[in-house]
Amino acid sequence: MSAIKAKHQRLILVLVAVIALIGAGLLAAWALRNQASYFYLPTDMAASPPAADRGVRLGGMVEKGSITTDADGVTIHFIVSDAKARIPVTFKGIVPDLFKEGSGVVAEGKLGSNGTFVADNLLAKHDEKYVPREMKDMTEAQARAAVKETK
Amino acid sequence: MHGFANPARFLRIARWMTPLLLISGLVLGLGSLWWGVFKAPADELQGETVRIVYLHVPTAWLGMAGWMAVAVASLTELVWRHPLAGIAARASAAPGAVFTAICLVTGSLWGRPAWGTWWVWDGRLTSMLVLLFLYFGYMALASASDQDGQGEARIPAIFGLVGAVNIPIIHYSVLWWNSLHQPPSITMGKSAMAPEFLVPLLIATLGFSLLFGGVVLARMRAILANAQAEARLRRKAMTEDFA
Repeated sequence: MSAIKAKHQRLILVLVAVIALIGAGLLAAWALRNQASYFYLPTDMAASPPAADRGVRLGGMVEKGSITTDADGVTIHFIVSDAKARIPVTFKGIVPDLFKEGSGVVAEGKLGSNGTFVADNLLAKHDEKYVPREMKDMTEAQARAAVKETK
Repeated sequence: MHGFANPARFLRIARWMTPLLLISGLVLGLGSLWWGVFKAPADELQGETVRIVYLHVPTAWLGMAGWMAVAVASLTELVWRHPLAGIAARASAAPGAVFTAICLVTGSLWGRPAWGTWWVWDGRLTSMLVLLFLYFGYMALASASDQDGQGEARIPAIFGLVGAVNIPIIHYSVLWWNSLHQPPSITMGKSAMAPEFLVPLLIATLGFSLLFGGVVLARMRAILANAQAEARLRRKAMTEDFA
């Protein structure tokens, strides 16, 4: 053992400590995977619905063509979906600027017994894509090609 | 690397490197901010508010890079006992904390128009706030150990290494957990960001990084000068005592 230099002994010690720490961090992150998530996906909510009186968040995409407005003008209905499940949502109030069909949303509220989610607050969730405004005037195919080029 | 173990040699290089980094960083950083605010296009969805990205992303990167610098310097201090490593770690903490704070503030200002809220406790925002508190903890430990003398100098280094665990958590928070914050736009070799945004953003990131390097070198020189002045005063006091 005395053949190992003090410097190398310290290096090994520190490396072992760092590996143990990273392992502990990963374990904690894994244990937190449900608690640390900010919202339920529609799939999660459909599989195991939360209690009716419990405030939860539902996050997903606003389905294209699903937004309808009631006669009072402030109550809206839309469908939040992911690849597998769809959940109808009702909300009364002012929506954020970025709330749009085909884009992300996080709704805070409660799941009613009839399977409709009653939201009392909406947050817009935008994706990681940034597209210049000028491209809006392009046809969809052109814009998609331009976006593809930037990938 | 031990070529720099001699502080005199380090100081000779740092003397001209410091203004070079500071000036080029300021020119690139401010120039790209100007480009981003006045020349770059508005975003299709977000409109003009997207321009805050040119401050938010570089400061987020440097908040995390600052702690990586603290961790690497701490490792060098613990394993190789490099005389400048502890000084480099101490010099990196304050600018890292400032950049982290700017990232949090600009993110909050951006969150209001983009998401409809100033703050949420999702994984990304919370882990970034934890990083700010880690910086505060590190700076408090470092200043306490400096007053204690040399014996306790390794405690902030251990803290610097332990705190590095938070860096991958920040990075992967948006991938591991559902979060309001979107996943990264720029990943290895590809970008979901159009080049009109990407080019000024990368230049801003480079500029702020140079600025960060300049500030760290300037602070290292200040710490060394302080130590030198204190040693001189101590010597003077000793000779006066014996006179």
